[in-house]
Amino acid sequence: MTTAMTKTAMTIDDARQAIASGKTKATTLAESFYQTIAAEDPKINAWLSLSRERALQQAARVDAMVTRGDALPALAGVPIGIKDVLTMQGAPATAGSKILEGYQPPYDATAVARLESAGAVLLGKLNCDEFAMGSSNENSAYGPVHNPRALDRVPGGSSGGSAAAVAAGMAVATLGTDTGGSIRQPASFCGVVGMLPTYGRISRYGLIAFASSLDRVGPFTHTVRDAATLLGVLAGHDPMDATSSPVPVPDYTADLNKPVKGLRVGVPREYFAEGLDAEVRAAIEKTLDQLRAAGCTLHNISLPHTQYAIPTYYVLATAEASSNLARFDGVRYGYRAPQADSLNAMYRRTRDGGFGAEVKRRILLGTYVLSAGYYDAYYRKAQQVRMLLTRDYLQAFSEVDVLLTPTAPTPAFRLGEKTDDPLAMYLADIYTVTANLAGICGISVPCGISKTGLPIGAQVLGRHFDEATILRVAQAIESA
Amino acid sequence: MASTTALSPEILAKYEPVIGLEVHVQLQTETKAFCGCSSRFGAAPNTQVCPVCLGLPGALPVLNRRAVEFGALAAMAINCQVRETSIFARKNYFYPDLPKSYQISQFDKPLAEHGWIDVPTPNGSKRIGITRLHLEEDAGKSMHDGFADSRERTYLDLNRCGTPLAEIVSEPDIRTADEAYEYLARLKEILLYTSVSDCNMEEGSLRCDANVSVRLKGAEKFGTKAEVKNVNSFRFVRAALEYEIARQIEVLESGGRVQQETRLWNANEGRTYSMRSKEQAHDYRYFPEPDLPPLVVSAAWQHEIRANMPELPEARRKRMVADYDITEQDAQVLTGTREFADQFEAAAKATKSPKRVANLVQGELMGRLKAAGLELTQSPISMRGIAQAADLTESGELSSKMLKQLFDHCFETSEDFPVVYEREKPQQISDPAALETMIDEIIAANPKQVEQYRGGKKTVAAFFVGQVMRLSKGQANPALLNELVTKKLDA
Repeated sequence: MTTAMTKTAMTIDDARQAIASGKTKATTLAESFYQTIAAEDPKINAWLSLSRERALQQAARVDAMVTRGDALPALAGVPIGIKDVLTMQGAPATAGSKILEGYQPPYDATAVARLESAGAVLLGKLNCDEFAMGSSNENSAYGPVHNPRALDRVPGGSSGGSAAAVAAGMAVATLGTDTGGSIRQPASFCGVVGMLPTYGRISRYGLIAFASSLDRVGPFTHTVRDAATLLGVLAGHDPMDATSSPVPVPDYTADLNKPVKGLRVGVPREYFAEGLDAEVRAAIEKTLDQLRAAGCTLHNISLPHTQYAIPTYYVLATAEASSNLARFDGVRYGYRAPQADSLNAMYRRTRDGGFGAEVKRRILLGTYVLSAGYYDAYYRKAQQVRMLLTRDYLQAFSEVDVLLTPTAPTPAFRLGEKTDDPLAMYLADIYTVTANLAGICGISVPCGISKTGLPIGAQVLGRHFDEATILRVAQAIESA
Repeated sequence: MASTTALSPEILAKYEPVIGLEVHVQLQTETKAFCGCSSRFGAAPNTQVCPVCLGLPGALPVLNRRAVEFGALAAMAINCQVRETSIFARKNYFYPDLPKSYQISQFDKPLAEHGWIDVPTPNGSKRIGITRLHLEEDAGKSMHDGFADSRERTYLDLNRCGTPLAEIVSEPDIRTADEAYEYLARLKEILLYTSVSDCNMEEGSLRCDANVSVRLKGAEKFGTKAEVKNVNSFRFVRAALEYEIARQIEVLESGGRVQQETRLWNANEGRTYSMRSKEQAHDYRYFPEPDLPPLVVSAAWQHEIRANMPELPEARRKRMVADYDITEQDAQVLTGTREFADQFEAAAKATKSPKRVANLVQGELMGRLKAAGLELTQSPISMRGIAQAADLTESGELSSKMLKQLFDHCFETSEDFPVVYEREKPQQISDPAALETMIDEIIAANPKQVEQYRGGKKTVAAFFVGQVMRLSKGQANPALLNELVTKKLDA
């Protein structure tokens, strides 16, 4: 149901098959995607930079493998885009910020390197909210991204460019990052699949940090199967990331079509309260009916601390951000304000001129909550609430296998609609932030279309490192 | 408060200083604390760096196990308890040589706590408490001088970024500048013995800040403290602390109040300067480092680390006094470094008289080293050489006068004793006739001893050997001499 508006909905298997069978060359495929980008992106603004040379070299390597008859890796020749908070050696890395203008990292993020070693052709870097802070992609220093499903609407954020690129057929898949909903919410707004793996499942090495204890890398794809394939390539321990997990990586595609009969699906009542759009509610209820029809049992459950999730998130995420973003000081790379006559003036002007309003708001908030005399009241308290929120989930998962919720309270809103009201914008993440705080995995899968033609996403949440089960449920929703 | 020399001893005596020291010591791991870069000192600027220690966007720290082991070993050596779980924290502040704008350190859950070391004082040994030892990373270096455009620019060398440090914080148990000096000296000695650091102050491997306050003697409450930074040389520890103590007393005596502030010691001018006031103090906004999981040093790992603990200087001194019949003062000198003590013990086992070796070190070596401006480790005469000299003196083959001459020679030519002795040793008298003449002379001059010998006290022979050796100025062939003395006495 998700592909009605896309020009192309080529899946990973489609691309790989076409290349493996010789029907098309990887280089030809890459070129055709660059043509689509040239045609579509002026309306959408999803791409910040294209790495054509690197992409075509990689595509040529894949073509040579096909010619030689080598065994092809999982993503051979598959065109993929990278959110511009992940580093690619030699390609600009802006994180959507002016402060990183001109900066070229000297190394690849682990996720980027793993994609490339699996044969992926990396097309370029995708627009996002500045330092992944935002829910609409309107906080990018390089202009907002337009939702391909409705150009006057936001694509969601912060991985708006990544969601839009897949939705518009400008990439077979993309990488995004999710700190409080930044993959799942734009996936929902753009009508694609977006996955939040368990914390520690995919290395964060090379992910320009917003909030280190919450940040995750994850895929955007047309299908749940593609998400499973990408997760299989990306997951696993990385010696460069001390928070990455040694838990073994299963074959995520193996049980994808196993019947969901008998699975227990929890429906948290707190996620169906005030503020939930009627059409979204109806779409989720229809999805629940479909799952029941497929043999799942539905269970009403409670996540009693949900109301504290947004404030807890904004204390912890901003605290970490205030520290993570302190390195952008104009000393070594990126933007430096001209004509400062002292070190402090250079710092002040660089950071004042280099960061956008939302980033500065969050740095100030985060600095405040860590300050002497306030730490206990804010940061420490928020850490305690984080424990309670995690316990809510662990309790729920002792009774059910997955949770099903809306991904976002509404479909995509209009560009400019919430830019003057940061609090309203923060509430767009109300169903997503808690999974980041608890470290559990989740996925947003398209489950309906509003009367005005806007996509609606369902969120499936699962236990730590139980991506296989949420993928299976998402597959059932997709196939319903 | 310009001059601090005006205070009379009576006024100084009214007050009691309270001092706590914070010592940063570089751990000599092969690689840095959180990345694989070499932490060797002295490389060309910015050649030992990578995305991690440069704090480039996206890079992440991974803890070096060796740094933990070195830190824990040092902690155990100063009697700290190592926590099973400690937490890394970020200390946030802006400075150009701090590329992440935060330092990875430890805050409320440090690697180790509750230690102590004993230091000698005029009133006997005193125990100084150690609050904590925690791990952290070093920053880079700002280079403000030495370039053509140094007036307009500061250069950065980030090689040192990420070098592992242990910060050792003492309790405010120190009461005089001398105690502070002794504390530092003992601490350095222990750290050197554990080999966790080279403690080289010139290269910045050992750095010291001091918290200083004064109070009227008998007062319970501490006075307001100032932190004195940059007390980075043993030579200046006393001077810096004495200056600061006197400065604070002078402030109080003139009716003022000591300000809580950070002061910088300027060794050239011999005084401290205010660096920043309490109001300007940094709020470091410590919080747990989210990029590093809690550090768990399990009981098993602690056991493994402790297995590498060498015999520490204090214990070694006690044992050496017992084993070699030397004085505590001897032991103090001989344990100056672990290598030196090792050499002494090796020599002591091979020599007839360890006590004489110790005496030579104290009586003949130390003064010459001091005059030449050399450290023990730079001595031209090896411990093996000293042992040889001791044995030669013991047997009477070498007069003390000759020994002095040969030692002087060693220092002039920077040659070890065995080399010099071999070349310069006096020609031996191996002519039996010449020796017999001398023996006759001694026998004639000492009838009482002859009588003793002939009465059965055969050990008196050694007396005659010694006397003849002295008469021959040490040149008598000892083997032949022994033989001839016995023959004459038995005749």
